[in-house]
Amino acid sequence: MSMTIPEISALALSLTMAVAAGLVGCFAVMRRMTLAADAISHIALPGIGVALLLRINPMLGALAMLMLGAVLIWALERQTGITTETVTGVVFSVALAIGSMITSGDQLIEALFGGPGKLSILELSLGLLGSAAVILFILRARNSLVVALVSPEIAQTSGINVARMNLLFLLAFALTIALGVRFLGVLLMGSLIIIPAATARHLARNLFGMLAISVAVAVVSTVIGTYAASLIHRETGPFIITIAGGIFFLSLLA
Amino acid sequence: MTNALQVEHLAVRFGTKEVIRDLSFAVPRGSSLAIIGPNGAGKTILFKALIGSIPYEGTIRWAAGTRIGYVPQKLDIERDLPITGRDFLRAKAALAKASDSDIASALALVGLERPMLSAPIGTMSGGQFQRLLVAFALVGKPNFLLLDEPAAGIDEPGQEILDTTIKRLQKESDVTVMLISHDLSVVYHYATAVLCLSRTHPCFGTPQTVLTPDTLRNLYGTAVDFHVHDHSGN
Repeated sequence: MSMTIPEISALALSLTMAVAAGLVGCFAVMRRMTLAADAISHIALPGIGVALLLRINPMLGALAMLMLGAVLIWALERQTGITTETVTGVVFSVALAIGSMITSGDQLIEALFGGPGKLSILELSLGLLGSAAVILFILRARNSLVVALVSPEIAQTSGINVARMNLLFLLAFALTIALGVRFLGVLLMGSLIIIPAATARHLARNLFGMLAISVAVAVVSTVIGTYAASLIHRETGPFIITIAGGIFFLSLLA
Repeated sequence: MTNALQVEHLAVRFGTKEVIRDLSFAVPRGSSLAIIGPNGAGKTILFKALIGSIPYEGTIRWAAGTRIGYVPQKLDIERDLPITGRDFLRAKAALAKASDSDIASALALVGLERPMLSAPIGTMSGGQFQRLLVAFALVGKPNFLLLDEPAAGIDEPGQEILDTTIKRLQKESDVTVMLISHDLSVVYHYATAVLCLSRTHPCFGTPQTVLTPDTLRNLYGTAVDFHVHDHSGN
């Protein structure tokens, strides 16, 4: 089987995206953001809607709205002391409502589940750059993230600016979702972040194990899912998530 | 003697409830200040204000070059969190630019053995985890220790190790200590000054002047059975 250049670039992008999702997911799961992850991804919807109205790249619309949403959630949480879960719940519902108002039926389905289409050079370079940024951030900030997980107060006294780190994590998280929205859609990208990490949490006994297993599950699901979908000419997203889900349930037997 | 910490007119409010009101005190370098008071008097809140994790009014001035080691009150960690003691200590060492030998000496000080570090922290016993928290605070050579009931959950021999460790650190490296404790005999023998937090009867002074039956009754609202065991032999 020989691959064309567009196919190779699409695969390269989805692989780096999977690594980013696997890494971000570890801390999202350990920070108990499992449900928030799915919710936050819906914030992309009004961004996609607005981008389609303005005839600009939907990925850019999703990215802008997700970043805005992350800052909004962070600021509301800081100002009011309400938990991330609650704030996210409210912000996501409003975003979903506005998104459905301004997006038409077919576009909505594509935004929710992702769709095919040729990657532009802009999408490819933004995607690779974004994935690299997320991967670097998580690897560099992992010590701070670990300490803050155990106790935000201990983190504070260890010289970590906890508020700033929380914002950066939410931004990395939102960026990861934006990266995947094009392939997997709003509904499924949250799952590519959460399912591999949930599998890793169940199997791993230490931090390195958690990160390694999560990345491996995300990458393997992406590769097999993409290949299987291409064999029968269907959308890749649902295949990737089904395979990740299958690995998760298998891991429960361990 | 210079002050390691100076607090002036500190107030902490949660909504309309004023937990700490107009509190001023200073902690000279190398001294040990014990904080006592009934439950809900704001002892832990005071620590959180000092480290800047909650909003407050007033002034908190740390001496230049202060490195804080903070041991919080009992933490609840999920049993299946895949973070080991080793992950936790290495994270601190990386943040504080400390070496592996710093970790080793902190472990030796608290009497924690290396094999215990391979277990996820959520599965450690209360006493083991408490020692890990103390070891974490010691990595990076802090010069100001904030200890929120550090001996809670630690068995008697462990408490003695902890006491001697802190005393040795103070003697050898001029470490300043602030300690929240319910154990008044520890406070009496150990602290150079005592701060009682209380809405109605706040007080500050040496253990000999503060730990009297009268002030304790005022502080806790009930007679406190507290005997000073004089170990000096006089």
